[in-house]
Amino acid sequence: MFSLGFINIPVLAGKYMKNKKIAIQVDDLTVAYNYKPVLWDIDLHVPEGVLMAIVGPNGAGKSTLIKAILGILDPIAGSVCIYGKPYEKQRKLVAYVPQKGSVDWDFPTTALDVVMMGTYGQLGWIKRPGVKEKKASLEALEKVGMLAFKNRQISQLSGGQQQRVFLARALVQNAAIYFMDEPFQGVDATTEIAIINILKELRKAGKTVVVVHHDLQTVPEYFDWVTFLNVKKIATGPVKEIFNDDNLTKTYGINYKVAVNK
Amino acid sequence: MNILEYFELVFTDYTLRTITLGTAVLGAICGMLGSFAVLRKQSLLGDAISHAALPGIAVAFLITGAKDTNILLLGALVSGLIGTFWIRGIIKKTHLKTDTALGLILSLFFGFGMLLLTFIQKQPNANQAGLDKYLFGQAATLVESDVILMVLVTAAALFVLLLFWKEFKILLFDADYTKTLGFNTKFIDSLITFFIVLAIVLGLQTVGVVLMSAMLLAPAAAARQWTNRLGTMIFIAAIFGAFSGVFGTAISASQNNLSTGPVIVLVAAVFVVISFVFSPRRGLLFRHLRFRQNRRDLKLQKTLQFMYEIVKTHDSISHPHAIRILNNFQGFTKKSLQEMEEKQWIILSGQEWSMTQEGFKTAENLYNQPFPND
Repeated sequence: MFSLGFINIPVLAGKYMKNKKIAIQVDDLTVAYNYKPVLWDIDLHVPEGVLMAIVGPNGAGKSTLIKAILGILDPIAGSVCIYGKPYEKQRKLVAYVPQKGSVDWDFPTTALDVVMMGTYGQLGWIKRPGVKEKKASLEALEKVGMLAFKNRQISQLSGGQQQRVFLARALVQNAAIYFMDEPFQGVDATTEIAIINILKELRKAGKTVVVVHHDLQTVPEYFDWVTFLNVKKIATGPVKEIFNDDNLTKTYGINYKVAVNK
Repeated sequence: MNILEYFELVFTDYTLRTITLGTAVLGAICGMLGSFAVLRKQSLLGDAISHAALPGIAVAFLITGAKDTNILLLGALVSGLIGTFWIRGIIKKTHLKTDTALGLILSLFFGFGMLLLTFIQKQPNANQAGLDKYLFGQAATLVESDVILMVLVTAAALFVLLLFWKEFKILLFDADYTKTLGFNTKFIDSLITFFIVLAIVLGLQTVGVVLMSAMLLAPAAAARQWTNRLGTMIFIAAIFGAFSGVFGTAISASQNNLSTGPVIVLVAAVFVVISFVFSPRRGLLFRHLRFRQNRRDLKLQKTLQFMYEIVKTHDSISHPHAIRILNNFQGFTKKSLQEMEEKQWIILSGQEWSMTQEGFKTAENLYNQPFPND
């Protein structure tokens, strides 16, 4: 048994995970909206301190995976552990950047106000944000280059600026793990670079970042860890080792190499 | 009685004072809670709930046989809550969309309510007359205890609103995110919905089942035009609602007792129209004026830009040029050149123009202008 294990677990994960804690552990996660399962029996172990992309075709369940991990959706089965404890007890370690299109940007509020919402979780019920929270929010706005827009009504921000505000709201949570749902969707090159630099900084600070990502070209450049998803988990591991035509073909159902080079 | 006499009488006449106070408080609480309904895009929920309350009134009467307002409103509350519950259930459990679920429950409950009302009218009971006043409301039936109840509910709503302000705000903006922060969104949501139902039920006696939703939506929709802050919006909505109540009552009392509910709603509608046209930032009028002003400015700026390209090739900025060399450029008129002179961008002399320092600087920075309102 022992030797079998030695043979079967290739160099993969091995050298990366030896000394690393598991930040996110998902076991047997299954989600269905009606009859058709959207996610089927997902096992996922994400080591601490990686910048991970979740890739897969439309309808693969990428957003659903994040939402199920965060308890926004009720899974049919499965469990989620954050640093070895059930997610419900570790909420404060986790921050979330939803898809930009999921809220109404005509809501009567300012950029600073939205970022302040990131402090609400730490505050808990009833207690209002004070000077300390405001300072942290201003710092987060500065980090994403949006300080000049702090009093702007949020509908008067461009798409990229709105995305930065959302990012700032997550930064102010000061979490250990960040989940981001398509943060690069519909943003210009400047914003994309600004965002990826912040994500890399987060990784440098030892945080774990999980990103739903669509642009396969940039995966090797931006990320060091990747999960291929198409209802089932196809593969997960270091980009250098598993980001290849074989897994892409399995995930997207086309001969990837041929499709790209045709 | 004309309106002036009315406002003199309000302070002395007991009945008039009670009614005015009642409609004012009702307007305020509806405006306040209506803001939540509007921002959650649940505007029609109010309409469905108020219609769903009708069978409750009829059933309460059938059970007790008495026309005690509080008992009838309790019936309305129960049936309104059942309606809300069903709407949610339909949306959650079936493939039907929100508007379908709302329409379904609204007509179903309202139809059932009307059926019961006609049934009650056929009963040999002298007491039955007047239940149909809940269709369009009758402010004149308000008594002091009704107003006290309204004030109490408003105070409770205000207290809860201030207590859970932060939770309400974040739920309205981003419900999923609120959940990830560990808040019990179902609780916050139920709290908002409960108070909305309560406000609707309170208004049935005054405004009636049919027009009640307008009391919720009109002040909130009007208030949204004037501000970009949630707190201010709710405050303005409450003020608009209260004024609609007072003016509506005044007009109805002074004009031969026009039905109060519809008049209140119409006054609220006037607030909406005024807000949509005249509010400074979002209003149609100023938006149109700004639009035209911007286009004029842009035209001038384009001309200036064209001149700048010519001037740039010369050593001296103020070197004069013939106006006709602008002929390649279609965007200028004699008038626009004069306007540019007024702005001190250029100096005109005869058939020639020359650029000023000011104009040169403006042209240089045309594309680096800061956003207005910052």
